Amino acid sequence: MTYEKALGALAGSRDDVVVLTAENRAPIRNLPTVLGERFVDVGICEQTLVGAAAGLALRGRTPVVHALAAFLTMRAFEFVRTDVGLGRLPVKLVGYVPGFLSEGNGPTHQALEDVALMRGIPGMQVFCPADEAELVQALPVLLDDRSPCYIRYNAGPPPAPHTRPFAIGQAEVLREGNVVTILTYGLLVREALKAQERLREQGVPTRVVNLRMLKPIDERVLLESAHDSQMVVTLEDHFLVGGLRSIVAEIFVRQGLVRPLLSIALEERWFRPALLDDVLEHEGFEGGMIAERVLSALESPQKRGEREWPTE
Amino acid sequence: MRTTTSAGPEAMTRSHPVDLAALHSMALRVRESVLRMTLGGGCFVGASLSCADLLVHLYGRVLRVSPELLADPSRDYLFLSKGHDVPALYATLADLGFIARSRLGNHLKTSDSIYWHPSRDVPGVEFHSGSLGHLLAVALGVALDIRLRKGRNRVFVLLGDGELDEGSIWEGLLVASGLGLENLVAIVDRNGVQANARTEDLLPLEPLEAKFRAFGWACRSVDGHEFGALEDVFRTLPLAGGRPSVIVAHTVRGKGVPSLEGRIDRWFARFEAGEVEALIRELRGGPRANLAGDGLVVR
Repeated sequence: MTYEKALGALAGSRDDVVVLTAENRAPIRNLPTVLGERFVDVGICEQTLVGAAAGLALRGRTPVVHALAAFLTMRAFEFVRTDVGLGRLPVKLVGYVPGFLSEGNGPTHQALEDVALMRGIPGMQVFCPADEAELVQALPVLLDDRSPCYIRYNAGPPPAPHTRPFAIGQAEVLREGNVVTILTYGLLVREALKAQERLREQGVPTRVVNLRMLKPIDERVLLESAHDSQMVVTLEDHFLVGGLRSIVAEIFVRQGLVRPLLSIALEERWFRPALLDDVLEHEGFEGGMIAERVLSALESPQKRGEREWPTE
Repeated sequence: MRTTTSAGPEAMTRSHPVDLAALHSMALRVRESVLRMTLGGGCFVGASLSCADLLVHLYGRVLRVSPELLADPSRDYLFLSKGHDVPALYATLADLGFIARSRLGNHLKTSDSIYWHPSRDVPGVEFHSGSLGHLLAVALGVALDIRLRKGRNRVFVLLGDGELDEGSIWEGLLVASGLGLENLVAIVDRNGVQANARTEDLLPLEPLEAKFRAFGWACRSVDGHEFGALEDVFRTLPLAGGRPSVIVAHTVRGKGVPSLEGRIDRWFARFEAGEVEALIRELRGGPRANLAGDGLVVR
């Protein structure tokens, strides 16, 4: 089932669902005929889009709001923070083409700080689906929950069969391995699985965790992975600051854990715009290249890009 | 004469809780409460006094809302988008029994939620504000939902003229007219002054009515301190079919207290107890207050 069909069906059975967009029609092109007046396109007005969603939520609606991730989370940030966040309103914000998925659009469209911005808002949930099936399965669960939520839209093909049903705040372990753990989310789950294959061939058993939600995050899986593995890898199409690497570091510090940590992310830069596979190749996020980075970090701690962390 | 203080269960069965003739005395009480909130930590006194008559008239004679109707989805809504004039709203809500008058004395106390900008924790406040340019969007979302449910209630949003500098206002104006939200009414407190300057000296807004009309809104101007004129314009709402309405209410910053009126340096002010009493005497027709300082705090 597609996201569009799932959302249309949910709106059909739930009067509270109103679908809004700031002229981001691509993922919901056929919904106007299905939803009638409960489909609202405000034009290219992201601030009004989010403010109006807050108003609809005040009246008991569950607005599902669509815009490009960069503009939804940044152009309208203060409306998300002040109207939706401070109001603790059940607005579901769907950010289209986040991270590498903006492909050839260029840095203006690259949402690489969206997780950092959204998770900084008190009460805001952050969901980063690995594929469309996960997105579709999560949708009714997230709409039932009365928290505001940011959905890092990804309707890609499934990288692997899922191992457990979606639940808020729960990750899934896709591959088991006791030397390295790769923690990742969204589009890059598929590259992590490719990296895992390569590492296995090289005699490095690797666990792959699809985190699904970055807030609330599955702290149990994260701590288990830290205990079981020689090295933890965070992999994300996000700036190094504020995303998964920061979340993991915050939890490790709080727990007093000291672990070798390799963080693969975009450090102080945007990425070279191109079609997705070329982006992955150019930026070193293709599965085989990730495996190489993991291997070299295992051999030489300096190559983790940070000073060597003492082990316990 | 005070016709109704706390709106009892019977209040909404009457057409309005306050007689037209009683608005003047209600507005005096509201202004006195505003002046008392300048004590200690101070408040945004200038804007609170300029919009006091508007709020008194709206709550007294226009809005279908009462303490008993605060959870009723068929009530009328008022959103205070220029949140810094909230002392006037709190004083109005206290006068009509939405909150106990004694709560006004909790201004800036950590034990209550009465501070410089509106909090939804205070009964009668539909939504928080303070950051300018937000509540036109929120109000249009509420108006849209009411239309979806075929409701007959109306949504008012009070905007400051300085607030019109914000780009989000002009987005919201476009969207509201694009959606044809006839149940949405914006009121501009056109006191001509923003934080530190006259609007026309800083970022000119005129011709303002022409701008609103060009954006697809029906527009009327009115003296925002003249209850008779306000009554006329509120009774003609919506100003046109199929379009949102905007009322440009011409007002005076600091209205009612001559030593505060029209002054650019009376945006935010705090006064000593003796000064506050002198200002209240002045409000009630006494001599001009003799203020030691100018009360100005630049924020």
